[in-house]
Amino acid sequence: MDEEETPPLMQRILDNPFILLFLGVAAPAVLYLIWGIMEIISVPVAN
Amino acid sequence: MSTLSPPKSRIWWKEPIERSELIWISLVFVWGLFMAFMMPYWHVTGDQNLSNETYKTTPERFLEKTQAMVDEYTVRNEGPRNFPVVKPPPGGDVYMVSRLWEFWPIIELEEGQSYRFHLTSMDWQHGWSLQPANINIQVVPKYEHVFTLTPNSAGEYSVICNEYCGVGHHLMIGKIHVVESGK
Amino acid sequence: MSEQFRTCPDTGLKFHKPAENLMKANAVAAVVFLLVGGIYGLLVGLTRWPAVHLLPADAFYLTLTAHGINVLIFWMIFFEIAVLYFASSVLLGCRLAVPKVAWAGFALMLIGALMNNYIVATGTSSVMMTSYAPMEAHPLFYLSLILFAVGALLGCMVFFATLVVAKQEKTYEGSVSLVTFGAITAAIIAVFTIVSGAIILVPTLLWSLGFIAEIDALAYRLIWWAFGHSSQQINVAAHISIWYAIAAICFGAKPMSEKVSRMAFLMYILFLQLASAHHLLVDPGVSSEFKMFNTSYAMYLAVMASMVHGLTVPGSIESAQRAKGFNSGLFEWLRRAPWGNPTFSGMFISLIGFGFLGGISGVVMGAEQINILMHNTVYVPGHFHATVVIGSTLAFMALTYWLVPILFRRELVFKKVAAWQPYIFGLGMSGVALFLMGAGTLGVPRRHWDITFSLTGGVVHEFPAAANTMLALNGLSVILAVLGGALFCVIIVLSILFGRKLGDEKQEPALIATPPDDAAYEGIGRGSISVPGTFVMAMVFFVAFALYYFINWKYLAETWGIS
Repeated sequence: MDEEETPPLMQRILDNPFILLFLGVAAPAVLYLIWGIMEIISVPVAN
Repeated sequence: MSTLSPPKSRIWWKEPIERSELIWISLVFVWGLFMAFMMPYWHVTGDQNLSNETYKTTPERFLEKTQAMVDEYTVRNEGPRNFPVVKPPPGGDVYMVSRLWEFWPIIELEEGQSYRFHLTSMDWQHGWSLQPANINIQVVPKYEHVFTLTPNSAGEYSVICNEYCGVGHHLMIGKIHVVESGK
Repeated sequence: MSEQFRTCPDTGLKFHKPAENLMKANAVAAVVFLLVGGIYGLLVGLTRWPAVHLLPADAFYLTLTAHGINVLIFWMIFFEIAVLYFASSVLLGCRLAVPKVAWAGFALMLIGALMNNYIVATGTSSVMMTSYAPMEAHPLFYLSLILFAVGALLGCMVFFATLVVAKQEKTYEGSVSLVTFGAITAAIIAVFTIVSGAIILVPTLLWSLGFIAEIDALAYRLIWWAFGHSSQQINVAAHISIWYAIAAICFGAKPMSEKVSRMAFLMYILFLQLASAHHLLVDPGVSSEFKMFNTSYAMYLAVMASMVHGLTVPGSIESAQRAKGFNSGLFEWLRRAPWGNPTFSGMFISLIGFGFLGGISGVVMGAEQINILMHNTVYVPGHFHATVVIGSTLAFMALTYWLVPILFRRELVFKKVAAWQPYIFGLGMSGVALFLMGAGTLGVPRRHWDITFSLTGGVVHEFPAAANTMLALNGLSVILAVLGGALFCVIIVLSILFGRKLGDEKQEPALIATPPDDAAYEGIGRGSISVPGTFVMAMVFFVAFALYYFINWKYLAETWGIS
């Protein structure tokens, strides 16, 4: 029966708002905030 | 059902995709890749790529270096504010101070020559907007930004502050002259 | 429990009373702050017009600060909280979780918004919305934004809690609707936005109180933009959900493909917020690798998502119209759309304006090197008046016209004026966007009181004469747009106060379209393309996009060498 079948993985991810919330906060936190802060703190001091 | 209600079939992931959607997604995906390629491509082939060379500095230290340049290369004083006009040698370092509410000093450059510009702010954030060349660079206090500029036509240029810096923001203007090579 | 619910006689939607009251409160607050911000906007536009130059400098900077915060933050977020409650409680037919927390959130937002308006009006905090450290505002300025943000975060938590309630109490089957999914996207972006805001505004508050010695100006910019730009991405996700909703409301449309539209929203969740880097492209201290990766939303995957929505929203309308029999030619479906219904016309103008004006300019300006030409010129406000005002604000207005009879059970007053309002507002705001972008390409700086440099003691710059013309035309467009905005506020407020009460009677004509049968969708369109009209429009868009993109690289190549 189709009704008993588990949806594919991708649909289950899209159906879970909390997985999405985690991804939506983690991705920009790592790619934008953390990467950016690391670049700023590694700026050398002028002579 | 409509878009306001849950999908009709419980497993919608396996539903086929409209042909127009497929064509459009493919086109847009390739266009996105192309645009993503354009930026590094321009870094390799283009002449307008802003350097990210940056140093932590202090207003005092930067002002010292600017003063040294002014002392060495001033050719005359001019304008309503009687600012020094500084003409550093081609290939040399150009320091321009951004502060409430002026860019100091006036710089004279030669067309077709390259100069290493150093920018920082003495106080708040400023915007270094070179007109009418339309080159716009953020000026951040305590960070010395170093990049190379090569003027491509002689004339009088203005540096206009385009980052809001308080109630005198509209007073903040400076000048850069570009003269023909060898003059 | 059941007396807590009301079933709408027109839509069959179930309204939970506490949710309903919260939506009303948030929507009314939103409209009030739109009105306040709009009046400030009129003053800004009239001061920028060189021949009028209405306000003195200090008042102009105060007004510009107040304009930005009221419309870009308060109007948007109040309305979005109402949308979140609608998309969760109403569309899932369940009770709103913890209404008390939601009211606490509303109270915090209201206190924050009022406090902010007060402190800005005193003239002690004319620091613009961005409040770039080390320029300092009054501590209450930062505190008011923090209170507002905490209130909005509570609203988001109530939204997520309501999703859990609906799932546990099994008020729906299978997956949530696409509109709710879009609202989830908006709420997720909101959480990242607010957390980033807290990370930067709390230390800045402490700094303004003297507890912290220094705020690093560059770190401030980086983190503040994770808040400032992402807050606009909440708007994008929200207004695209509203486009989908209005397609369903006015046409009974269903998604062309659940999978495609949801994956597009997923691209937003993952990558849309990276565009905060748009503001750092000519900054020192961050590498080109960081700039290129983030400004392109990870290789333009979020741009792809927007372009997909740009096809699937009108595509869902086209297929529904064709299924209803408007199947001839390329554009019969569009000609026969209800152009006199402000809910539809507002949504469609929002879609076109957001795509053609806001979307294209944003992506082009967001190319790392092209940004050198536009950073901090009035091109930037030109761009975001197309995205946030034509895109988000007009979509929110369009939905509000529908919410008045549904939510408030009042008939709209001045329906004939309302039918014209989206056109007046859309036209005015398109003028604002285009003329500001035009002046920006001529180098006119943003947030600038006097581009004639009359007070600099003779050090002047003369912009091309066209710049003055552009700013004058901008002033005229502002007047038109503010007229449109004021009409909206007046119509909505009067309708809520004095509109004919609708009670439990079902309205004629129907307030929500009946979806066509699935069978009616068979064989629509041309050959294997079911939405040929939309596809042609998408191609026109693509050509405009590509042309404008290359023209700007050409402009860039003509300026000085920079390395």
